[in-house]
Amino acid sequence: MADTPLPNRWRRFAEWDERPLRLDKFAREDPARGFSAFRSPSDPKPGLGIKSGRIASMDGVLAHDFDLIDAFIARHHLDPVIAAEVMAMDSGDLARMLVDMNVPRTDLVRLARGCTPAKLADVVSRLNALEIAFAYQKMRARKTPGNQGHVTNAKDDPLQLAADAAVAVAYGFDEIETTMRVSRNAWSNAVACAVGAAVGRCGVLFQCSSEEAEELRIGMAGFTSYAETVSVYGTEKSFTDGDDTPWSKAFLAAAYASRGIKMRCTSGAGSELLMGFHEAKTLLYLEARCLCLQRGMGVQGTQNGGIDGAPLTATVPGGVRELMAENLIAVWLDLECASGNDARSSESEIRVGAKILPYLIAGSDLICSGFGTIPAYDNSFNPSLFNAEEMEDYLVLQRDFEADGGLSPLAEHRALDLRRHAVAAISAVLEDLKLAQPTADMQASVVVASGSNQTRSFTPGAVTPISEAIKARGISVLDVIKALAKRGFTAEAENLLAVVKLRVSGDYLQTSAIVRGGRVVSAINDRNDYAGPGSGYRMTEERRLEVNAIRDVLDQTEVLRLEAQFEKAEAGRIAYQAAGVAQPGRARDEVVIGISPAFGVRLFQTTAGHKLSDVLRVMVAGITARGLRARVVRLHHTADTSFLGLSAARLSGSGIGIGLQAKGTAVIHAADRLPHNNLELFSNAPITRLEHYAGLGRNAAAYALGELPEPVVVPTHGEAMGARHHARVALIYAIETGMTVEGAEPQEIELRFLGEKPQERS
Amino acid sequence: MKKLTVADYPLTETHPDRVRGKRGVALDDITLAAVLAGDVTMADLQITAQALRDQAEIAADAGRRTLALNFARAAELVDVPQDLIMSTYEVLRPGRARGKQELLDRAALLRDTYAAPTIAEFILEAAEIYEKRGLFGFRY
Repeated sequence: MADTPLPNRWRRFAEWDERPLRLDKFAREDPARGFSAFRSPSDPKPGLGIKSGRIASMDGVLAHDFDLIDAFIARHHLDPVIAAEVMAMDSGDLARMLVDMNVPRTDLVRLARGCTPAKLADVVSRLNALEIAFAYQKMRARKTPGNQGHVTNAKDDPLQLAADAAVAVAYGFDEIETTMRVSRNAWSNAVACAVGAAVGRCGVLFQCSSEEAEELRIGMAGFTSYAETVSVYGTEKSFTDGDDTPWSKAFLAAAYASRGIKMRCTSGAGSELLMGFHEAKTLLYLEARCLCLQRGMGVQGTQNGGIDGAPLTATVPGGVRELMAENLIAVWLDLECASGNDARSSESEIRVGAKILPYLIAGSDLICSGFGTIPAYDNSFNPSLFNAEEMEDYLVLQRDFEADGGLSPLAEHRALDLRRHAVAAISAVLEDLKLAQPTADMQASVVVASGSNQTRSFTPGAVTPISEAIKARGISVLDVIKALAKRGFTAEAENLLAVVKLRVSGDYLQTSAIVRGGRVVSAINDRNDYAGPGSGYRMTEERRLEVNAIRDVLDQTEVLRLEAQFEKAEAGRIAYQAAGVAQPGRARDEVVIGISPAFGVRLFQTTAGHKLSDVLRVMVAGITARGLRARVVRLHHTADTSFLGLSAARLSGSGIGIGLQAKGTAVIHAADRLPHNNLELFSNAPITRLEHYAGLGRNAAAYALGELPEPVVVPTHGEAMGARHHARVALIYAIETGMTVEGAEPQEIELRFLGEKPQERS
Repeated sequence: MKKLTVADYPLTETHPDRVRGKRGVALDDITLAAVLAGDVTMADLQITAQALRDQAEIAADAGRRTLALNFARAAELVDVPQDLIMSTYEVLRPGRARGKQELLDRAALLRDTYAAPTIAEFILEAAEIYEKRGLFGFRY
């Protein structure tokens, strides 16, 4: 079926149908139905009426008609004095101030306190995507960027949670967040992640996302240190359908702070649309309302930028720019921003990579408000924009752009050590507190498992009694610390205690607080001071080297080490006997093969992995098959394919020569041609097979016989040759060029093939 | 006493003596050895109203008036029992209170019994607006 094209269809469209992108659905812009990012006739014009110091109207609504959200914003967010000043300013001027590095962040933060939601939306919607990213870099509150990761699994398995938490902390996540498949397992998840996060490094903030009252109780037992489940919405009806009001949420915010727990609200474009009450307003305007509300509530920060609504927002034109714009409003309002990049908004890896880039280069308090540190199927929040599968892609993006995405590469042996240690630690705690007896087999399966599909450990049902016992027995973080210490996990006990102690001062309740090296770092002691090139956050040289240290990088030593492995074996297959200075030949029946300086001397295989002895053997055989003779010379004055080929041709009695580099690039040349105007060229050595080299030999002979053969074509499948091979090619080629000697004479080589197999010696 | 400023932040580093848990134990005395000896309780790891008022002063100095107000409200809730906190949150949710009086009573309780005037004020404000927006109706 698939290979029977419809008569009137360009087959390119059928190919496009198969791309992951086509799994994404796109929505037509339709403001009346809420499907518009930036423009809707229902959006109010910015405006504010102030009568005798009191707000009489806001964004076209009279105070008398304020809904819950308007009323809260008017009372708690707007500063009437600043409002009088800023609402009279031109939105275009404000937009320019946002991207003007000479206008300090503090000036703009002050003005935001007088901006109505419509004003904020009007200003940021004037910026293009690049300007939004630039303004975001300048306006975000804390200088040093950070990141947050999800640690969950499909079985709520505490052993795996501990192992994955330890790994997440080692990657550098500043916050880790867990949730459950089965809500009763919350306590077990919290204990497992708290223990795992204490392995290896001290001081990551940790959240267990669950029902409000339960979450607060788990926090009070000392296992968790932050919360971000307090959602707000931009229309009154959505808010009350969410079973809250701005006052109930603000009360909850104070309740969290009263328990020393860091808290941020959650809001994002698309939530009102999903809940069915969008009032035909734009995504951006509704989100501006949410953000003014949050500032008014006195929360230190927001998880914002689509969040659960991000995939829906990404279906409308400009949706992704809108997500950036709402994050900009958040930081303009001086809120910590955990900037979304959370729910996976596309099946297209290109859209995913494009989505993250502005945040990576601009930096963000928490770039992802949930990077899946576990495989997508283990993410109990739903797959994230980036999951464990794409971890290395993210690490490479950091290195590509020299941008600090908050994470560091982790060596393979270190990851395994951490997992082993974390599994041992949580097992000791479960045993010591008589909660469970993990077997050696369970532990072993978890240590090496990438995800829960590969474990033989606890199931969700087996976790429930553990979780309920923790809750019922009132086990607190102190009991866990004691158990760790008792079983010899002293460092982990110390780490966990250090994190819990941080709560007493309330230092991490301030805006954009994270813990680095056991110290609280926030927008107060690490204030973003961006004021143009050379200011704001810059990676230190130490940090740059850390980001650069991805695995499997090549250098010349590595290339030579790999080559040396082949040297001995090649010595058993072929001998290159030097036989004096090569002279121009007179025999019309010879084809000269000109090999490069390092060929068979320091380099022994092509980039496709063919032994150089094999390449020469088939090439010579191709020439002799046509009754001609192959003569081999080594050229010392050049390593360039064209010049190797032309030099060989000039030495050849037939006027036809082959140039052959050790990396496998080959050319047929004729004595009367210009250097770069050859007869045939194999430029893609990594995909060139031995049969092609044989064909090249045959064709060279054919040219020598005066024929015009069909050129040998090496078929490509569109591989990114440069990405796959150029680092190695450049290193190899540098070895070749390093061996060239200006003006050196060509050398006659007598080849001896020493048999198929290398002579093994014990 | 002189108001705290951003220069006093983080308190753990600039005023370690000032940072004490609910029972007055200093942070330096909360060691692993003390935990193992059973000398540390969860109360020692709880934030105090004083710490929240300190953080409110620092937030205000950083220009964050609303955050400072939240910390001030939080300071009033430190000694409010967990159940009362959760039931107050519950009664503030839409449709939970069947009339304005329920909220007025809750505000009075928090003001008079728990010395939480800011919280009480906040609940009274909610009561006014809930009445105006008809939030005392039946929901489930």
